[in-house]
Amino acid sequence: MEGYSSDTIASALHANGVKTFTRSLKYDRPRGFFCGIGKCSSCLMRVEGIPNVRTCIAPLKKDIHVEMQDKFAKKPSAEFKRKKKKIISTDILVVGAGPAGMYASIEAINQGAKVVLVDENLQMGGQLVKQTHKFFGSKHEKAGTRGIQIAVDLEKELRNQESKGKIKIMLNSTVIGTYEGEKGKHKFALLKRDDYEENLYEVNVKAVVFSTGAMDNMLLFPGNDLPGVYGAGAVQTLMNVYGVKPGEKVLMVGAGNVGLIVSYQLLQAGIKVDRVVEAMPIIGGYHVHAAKLRRCGVPIQTSHSIKEVYGRDKVEGVIIVKLDENWQPILGSEVKVSCDTVCLAVGLTPSTRLLSQVGVEMEFVGEAGGFVALHDEDMQTTAPNVYVAGDSSGIEEASTAMIEGKIAGVSAAHSIGFDKNAIKLKKQYRGELKRLREGPFGEKPRVGKNKIKKLFEGRK
Amino acid sequence: MKKYEQDGVLTLDDLVLPSDKQLKKGVALIECIQEIPCNPCVDACPFGAISMKDINAPPIVDYDKCTACCQCVGICPGLAIFVIKVVDDKVLITLPYEFYPFPNVGDSVQALNRKGDAIGVAVVRKIRKRDKTMIITIESGKNLAMDIRNIREKK
Repeated sequence: MEGYSSDTIASALHANGVKTFTRSLKYDRPRGFFCGIGKCSSCLMRVEGIPNVRTCIAPLKKDIHVEMQDKFAKKPSAEFKRKKKKIISTDILVVGAGPAGMYASIEAINQGAKVVLVDENLQMGGQLVKQTHKFFGSKHEKAGTRGIQIAVDLEKELRNQESKGKIKIMLNSTVIGTYEGEKGKHKFALLKRDDYEENLYEVNVKAVVFSTGAMDNMLLFPGNDLPGVYGAGAVQTLMNVYGVKPGEKVLMVGAGNVGLIVSYQLLQAGIKVDRVVEAMPIIGGYHVHAAKLRRCGVPIQTSHSIKEVYGRDKVEGVIIVKLDENWQPILGSEVKVSCDTVCLAVGLTPSTRLLSQVGVEMEFVGEAGGFVALHDEDMQTTAPNVYVAGDSSGIEEASTAMIEGKIAGVSAAHSIGFDKNAIKLKKQYRGELKRLREGPFGEKPRVGKNKIKKLFEGRK
Repeated sequence: MKKYEQDGVLTLDDLVLPSDKQLKKGVALIECIQEIPCNPCVDACPFGAISMKDINAPPIVDYDKCTACCQCVGICPGLAIFVIKVVDDKVLITLPYEFYPFPNVGDSVQALNRKGDAIGVAVVRKIRKRDKTMIITIESGKNLAMDIRNIREKK
């Protein structure tokens, strides 16, 4: 099979028509990838004799041997190499190079701190690199600029700081654990992948910012594991990052902003979007996004949901059903829709596993999308010098993630003794954040963030 | 619950419409009526014709100040701004367009309404480009001025 050097293994397989990556343990059901952004485990394969390689973020190399692994992932045939760990000591570690993490790094550097920025993907930018639409907000949040362009601008700035020795950028790298550090310090274990080989690092820092993002939610229905059922992030990644069509005809589930925007991008990529179904009685996303789809002839059906996906070994179609005012399926309202792809845009869950490992206090806050680290207005968690920003602190927009990143970056640097107008800057950024959350669409994050703040203050 | 919240399609009752006189002069009609945190159109207008109480308020166009210069069309992240100018029994509609293949000046295209239904034909009169968004001016019958909101290549 052939692919491009910029492909991941998963995108190259997809482009070659391979959608089944693994099989389920008990019933041997075919499984494809789901999240496409390195968060779930449905794309694990055996690469060059190494089992459990996350193919959706592993780079494609020439002449590699990729196998569907047996269910229990038999022992590696790759050679076991014992390498000495390398040690890095610096001021601040930022985990996750999306909009929040990039801005946290920039602001921490501006305060005078030295930074290590880590991301498990092959490129910086997080989800910005697939946002081909222009951003909302004010000019402070680069409104009117496409997400992809914001990623390019921020990367340029960070690479410039890297050349001045202010930041070390480690991509294709994963923070895998935390250890008791020296007094007043945090110690982390980090794996940096060189192709598929892993190198171990010990990272000692005075403060850390977790901006680890979020993952698409799954929805429960028969057939939800068939290859062809993808999270919205996976669909965006395939078409906007790797130029691979996820399918020819898509049924979109969810009319929030993500579902509406991804549907429009699918149309732009020349893919048919049969319809958007939404369980709520109203469209959850901005009307302007819905209008863009409607005037292209795509129907949006509110009070409709997916009943089941049918198909042998892959998605062949969907049965959708109308819901009554109590969200119960109305018998006899089923409609069969043939399609090869089902895209789920039904919300996100914050990625917080590292935060719980570090030992910060977590609570379930529904409005924030799940379990989140309690934090104050400076984005400080309950552990000293541990900060959080972006979707991993509560699901919201990229524009607010950028500002939260700025606050976390300034706060982290300030907490370890750097101060270039830090208090004034934090106040300014908090004001910008408040303004963005003032409208009706800001209600959910506003309520969520208030709950988080109250829980943070009331915990003593 | 409003209709557009259920089906994504605005009706003329949802909008503040310009007068016939203002339409003859040419004006920007902003089909953005929800309170969303967004304001680049305000900064984009060189004539100060677009205003907002705060960043979450829907934009208000002063149709007398608006010169139909189309600066706002390409900046709006929601692609929600249309410039409409009535000339005799024809209408010139300037709209944002982001699909391949790009049409050419002089092409005859299908004119689509807010639901994507083909409701007539239009001729492409002018094409500009701003940050990958095509800003296309089409000409059609005056009676379709308030209905045409998209175009499609003729098959």
